[in-house]
Amino acid sequence: MDFWFFLIQVLNGVQYGLLLFLVASGLTLIFGIMGIINLAHGAFYMLGAYLAYWLARTTGSLSAAVLLSLPIAAAIGYAIEALLVRTLYRRDHLDQVLLTYGLILIFNEATRMTWGADVHGVPVPEALNWSIKLTDTLSYPAYRLMLSGVCAVLAVGMYLVISRTRFGMWVRAGASNRDMVAALGINVKLLFGVVFAIGAALAGLAGAISTPITSVAPGMGDSVLILCFVVVVIGGVGSIKGAFLGAMLIGLADTFGKVFVPDFASFTVYGVMAAVLLWKPRGLFA
Amino acid sequence: MNTVLPRRLTIALLLLLAGLALFPAWGPLAFAAKYTFLLQKLTGIMILAILALSLDLLVGVAGLVSLGHAAFFGLGGYMLALLSPQYEAASLWVALPATMGAVALAALVVGFLAIRTAGIYFIMVTLAFGQMGYYFFNDSKLAGGSDGAYIYVKPTVEAFGTTLVNLESKQAFFFVVLGCLVAVYLLLRVVLASPFGRVLAAIGVNEGRVRGLGFDPAVYKLVAFALAGALAGLAGFLAATQYGFVSPAMLGWHQSGHVLVMVILGGMGTLFGPILGAFILELAHFGLEAVTEHWLLPMGMLVIAIVLALPKGVAGLLLQWCGKKGDGE
Repeated sequence: MDFWFFLIQVLNGVQYGLLLFLVASGLTLIFGIMGIINLAHGAFYMLGAYLAYWLARTTGSLSAAVLLSLPIAAAIGYAIEALLVRTLYRRDHLDQVLLTYGLILIFNEATRMTWGADVHGVPVPEALNWSIKLTDTLSYPAYRLMLSGVCAVLAVGMYLVISRTRFGMWVRAGASNRDMVAALGINVKLLFGVVFAIGAALAGLAGAISTPITSVAPGMGDSVLILCFVVVVIGGVGSIKGAFLGAMLIGLADTFGKVFVPDFASFTVYGVMAAVLLWKPRGLFA
Repeated sequence: MNTVLPRRLTIALLLLLAGLALFPAWGPLAFAAKYTFLLQKLTGIMILAILALSLDLLVGVAGLVSLGHAAFFGLGGYMLALLSPQYEAASLWVALPATMGAVALAALVVGFLAIRTAGIYFIMVTLAFGQMGYYFFNDSKLAGGSDGAYIYVKPTVEAFGTTLVNLESKQAFFFVVLGCLVAVYLLLRVVLASPFGRVLAAIGVNEGRVRGLGFDPAVYKLVAFALAGALAGLAGFLAATQYGFVSPAMLGWHQSGHVLVMVILGGMGTLFGPILGAFILELAHFGLEAVTEHWLLPMGMLVIAIVLALPKGVAGLLLQWCGKKGDGE
């Protein structure tokens, strides 16, 4: 194990963690503010990936496709919140689980009907289709670096919005006591809808920009969803900071697990989660 | 927690049960060539109903939402596969108690760690342990890895050298599973009516007050977790016997989620609800699949429609129809 190999694994782990953070941050906000366990969150990731695949083929540019898929994912997210999720705020958590489970089935089947059951790939854009040479044998693809960069910028942007703006203040207040926020005259309905739409857009964005490094297939959101729940719970539900730390932890644990214990790679992620929860039963930041 | 059902509902459920028990009599007339297939289908649904029943004790009664319950189901199946000699039959008298004992032990260990958490954290910890079980059987060479393992000969049920029930007979196995379903249902009814069950149900409603009354909720939750695990192990044992095959998918979170949907859809905490949920979900799957290959789409709509229309599941609707006299509260 030399330094450069180690560095590549760290970069991969961080990149995977940042991607997970994009999806998990929406999930943790939606749970923290609205109290909704949104199983359909992974479906937005899948939707983003399919939209990017489809739009990249029609427009011929992946960046255009990613930018176009953002508002579409946000609009679909807002519509789902307004039409379905809104009716269940006063109901048991498990009713919401069931509703969003039904949504997963519909999303998975609808994508299969629209784009077929085949596995699709999206080529890396020409401008980024090169690698940085580290040693004679090892190099690192530029697209992955760009991916990490975009995610990192978004993470910082999200931090600034949530900690410095009035909207961010509502979000933080909503996460700690939503009844009080409503009593103070904030339009909670609108706030919920917007947070849900932003969460959907972030998950969709993560799906869209990751298409060149993964394959686009029906049900691709399910495994991401489970990992993001792991991230959210490790970090502490409702905490953006926790989601970031959890995402990094899981990204690195997964990457290094695959390198060091390939036979039990999937085991490592759940092992880390069980260990964290047995140490801190309510996550790292809750 | 109502332990006495309204009389009209009891009669309706008994009629349904009778219809199911008499299926070997009317099935061949109604379905002719498809009868054997349907008999096996119904047997499989009843096994899932046992699994859903065991989960209801945790989710509906004790308020412990487990998303890893299928791990105990799969472990039960794998125990039979490991206990069966390669080309010979295992004895049910040895294999079944060994299976249920081992699964109960596993559930005790997992439960001991998991009940330290609550709410969504409990959901996630059970998910984590379930997935660990899945990857354990998927990645290790213990029982065929990701290919799964076959059970070539079904267990024998013998006493003093004579065979009591031949499990190779699909009809006999149907009745064995039906008997298990009824027995598990009655067992859980008795448990719920017992002082233990009353405390457990109280924990599901307000754990703090139960602690205030001087009970230790952890002990009750742990015993419930082990009991539910052992019953899930029974269901897994039956499933492995029926299909003669076990695979890691039996333990995965898809299976856990599927059973959880049966419980919520049917009506949590009612015991008969999850059984109905299992039948409704599986028969809807079966019926929709025959009509369209895109059966998941109407299935998703059905699930959403039931959530929006029936806040307390199918059982809630039935209890409302039949009036809640005899509720006992």
